[in-house]
This record gives sequence, C-alpha cells and structure tokens, in this order.
Amino acid sequence: MTTQKKLHISTTLNGEPCEFLCEPGQILSDVLRNTLNLTGTKEGCTTGDCGACSVMLDDALVCSCLVLAAEAEGKSIETVEGVGHEGQLHPVQEKLLEHAALQCGICTPGIVVAAKALLEKNPDPSEEETRYWLAGNLCRCTGYDKIIRAVMDAGATMRGE
Amino acid sequence: MQSLQFAAPTSLAEAAALLGGSDNPKVLAGGTDLLVQMKLGLREPALVVDIKRIPELGEVSLGADGLRLGAAVPGAEVTANADIAALYPGFVEALGLIGSTQVQGRCSPGGNLCNSSPAADSVPAMIACGAQCNIYGPNGMRSVPVEAFNTGPGRNCLAADEILVSLEFPRPAARSADAYLRFIPRTEMDIAVAGAAVALTLDDAGVCTAARVAIGAVAPTALLVPAAAEALVGSKLDDAALAAVAEAASAAANPISDKRGTAEYRRKVVGVLARRAALIAQSRAQAEE
Repeated sequence: MTTQKKLHISTTLNGEPCEFLCEPGQILSDVLRNTLNLTGTKEGCTTGDCGACSVMLDDALVCSCLVLAAEAEGKSIETVEGVGHEGQLHPVQEKLLEHAALQCGICTPGIVVAAKALLEKNPDPSEEETRYWLAGNLCRCTGYDKIIRAVMDAGATMRGE
Repeated sequence: MQSLQFAAPTSLAEAAALLGGSDNPKVLAGGTDLLVQMKLGLREPALVVDIKRIPELGEVSLGADGLRLGAAVPGAEVTANADIAALYPGFVEALGLIGSTQVQGRCSPGGNLCNSSPAADSVPAMIACGAQCNIYGPNGMRSVPVEAFNTGPGRNCLAADEILVSLEFPRPAARSADAYLRFIPRTEMDIAVAGAAVALTLDDAGVCTAARVAIGAVAPTALLVPAAAEALVGSKLDDAALAAVAEAASAAANPISDKRGTAEYRRKVVGVLARRAALIAQSRAQAEE
C-alpha cells in the first residue's frame, strides 16, 4: 500500500479512443492538461466554483477538477478542443468573438463547453435560463452581459434565425 | 494525498469488503464535496471507493409504490426527469438549487445526505417527502428515515463498512405536493442561511389532511417539525394556521450565528420560509385537479 501504482485508463476523448496513465488521486483536469497536453481546459479554483475546467463527461457537464481521472474509465470526454475546428468555429465560438465577449480568455473555454451543452439541451433558452445555466462559469472581466448576449445569439444562429 | 488507492467495485458486497478492509476509506459518489475536502487537506483517505459502477447505486425506479433513487444518481439526472418533478416538485427544486450546473452534473442526493452538512438543500426536502434510506452492510440491508440519518454536522449513522444504497420516496396521495425554499443573499451558487420544506395533502374541500414540515441550516442537522405539521392539518391554511406553522418552525430551530447569519435572524427567517413553502405546496396540490 505504499507505492503509488499508476492506473491505466481507457476513454474516448473528443471522439477518439484515448488511453492514459494516472495516479489514483489525480484529477481529470490535471491529466487533460499535463499528461495529454490539452491545455484548452483551464484550471482556476480547482474546487468546483469557477467552471474554467468545464468538460462533458458522457452526457453531463462537469468541472474536470472535481472528477478523478480514474473515474473516466470507459467514459467519453469532450473538451473545448473537440468543439469546432480551425477555420470552422462552433456558433458559440463565433458569437463570443463577434460580441467581444471575452477579455483575458481564461474563462472562455469553460463557457464554450457549458454554453454548447445548454443549447444542445435547450435550443431556445430565455435570458434567465442562460444566466442560471452559466452561473457556475465565473468571468472577472466582462460583467457577463456580452457573454449572455453572445450565447443567446449563438442559439438564434443554431435555430436558423 | 499520499499513497492513495482507488477502487471502483461493481457490487455492494465487494464495496463493503473494500471499506471494511481499509483503515481510512472514503466513499466517492459525485465527488463535489469529497474531492474539495481532499484538495483542502480536510480529509486524507487511504482508499477512495467509487460506488458509481454498482448497479443499485444508479437505479431510478418510479412505480406505483413511489420512487427508488440510487444514492449516486446525479442531481441533473433527477431534475431532467419530468415524471419525478411532477410527483416531488419540492425535492426537485431543492436539487436545482445545489451549486452550479456543473456541480449538479455530479452531485447526488445520497451524497448530499452522507456529507451531513446541516445546510444541505435536498435533505429537508427528502424529510418532508417521508423518504427512507436503504443502507447495505455486512449484515444485510437496513432502513432508516432520512430525518434519523444525520447525527450532527459532518456525522451520520453509517458504520465504516456500510453504504447508503438508495432513497425510497413513498408515492404521494392525490392532491398532494411539496415545496422547498431557502434563503441566500445571492440568487444562486450559495449555501442556505435557512431552508424549509413542506409536503402536504388536501381533501376535496381543500382541507389539509396530512403534512410534513422540515427545516434546514438552523440546527446541527435538518429537522422534522411535527408541531408545524400539526398546525397545518385540519386547516385550509388560513392566517392562523400559517402563523402557527411559522411559530412552530422558529421554535424548533436551534441555530448558530456565523458569517451567513445570526441565530436570531435564522430563527425568524426559517418560520417565514416554512409559511411560504406551505402556501406553494398548497397551490401545487390544488393545481393537480
């Protein structure tokens, strides 16, 4: 019980099979950033308050700082790297740019993942629903108004309006 | 977090054996409390047992008898279930108040109960619903009412090798409904200063025939308040009955003063919340027909 034996974990990451080794107590955001070099996922508070590390774990929006990497065995993970491609951004990403809804950008990957999850579950959210859904994504730069407008505009685009 | 071991058993027997065989194990459900406590150095388990691969812990079964909810089912799965929300609207609204969307993607009512915070939002709601805890241990299953599960802040009745398996909610009678209200100074992402849950049943004439009232964040554990329920039964929730509900809830409270509020304030507010929750439950029960 004294050696820290690494665990071998098999997952699907952004649609592709992905295996990694992790320590039993290692959190998923750490593995994503430092083992798998997917640094789009940001680490802010690491206590589940700020949402910068938001990812999809199967169908659930979660903070990857509040998931042990070992829990991901057999599960599907989607990070911001799986949302849109260079030259072909997701509508949420396009609209965040159009509305200048970011400044330092640390919260942005988490907001992209969380907003995409919202619009897939609820294609036509009210402003109140959007604000509550994103209440766990803290932004200290923008004052949120531009983010909310961008996400609602992205919804309109996705609805073909 | 030195020499931590991780296990993800697929049966209750295997999980109980793992828990019994370690001198410092912790059960991991959604992790929204445990992993934060580990991060802050408040807990340093030698073994983390992820119980989410045990089928019974993920069960959601809604039938003629009521609801059986596996203890590790995440809040988001419950709040997305319209059938559960129709029968237990107060319980579901309590789950919708816990943390953020991300936290709700992981946190479970069972974990909310086992973390044993006096301010846990879902616990008064479960007490009002009359929910029972199904607990697995080396000697088999046992059952305790939710109001008897927690024994103090951070403490509960589970032995080291026992596991909370599921929560069992009786099916409400016709013209029944529940409601949960909490007070926080913000509008979301906060911890209750005080909370109150009411479940009640009305007859054809709108007279309350049964009620359960529970309060949270105003005592070392969430409390069932029989005197508040007695004030409702036999009434149409007139002003006198509502005043008696508020008075009974305030009288049952035994709060502390801390950064979230003074004891005096909590005692007052919990009565107001109980009265308002009773009115919401009444209007929901009336809307059924």
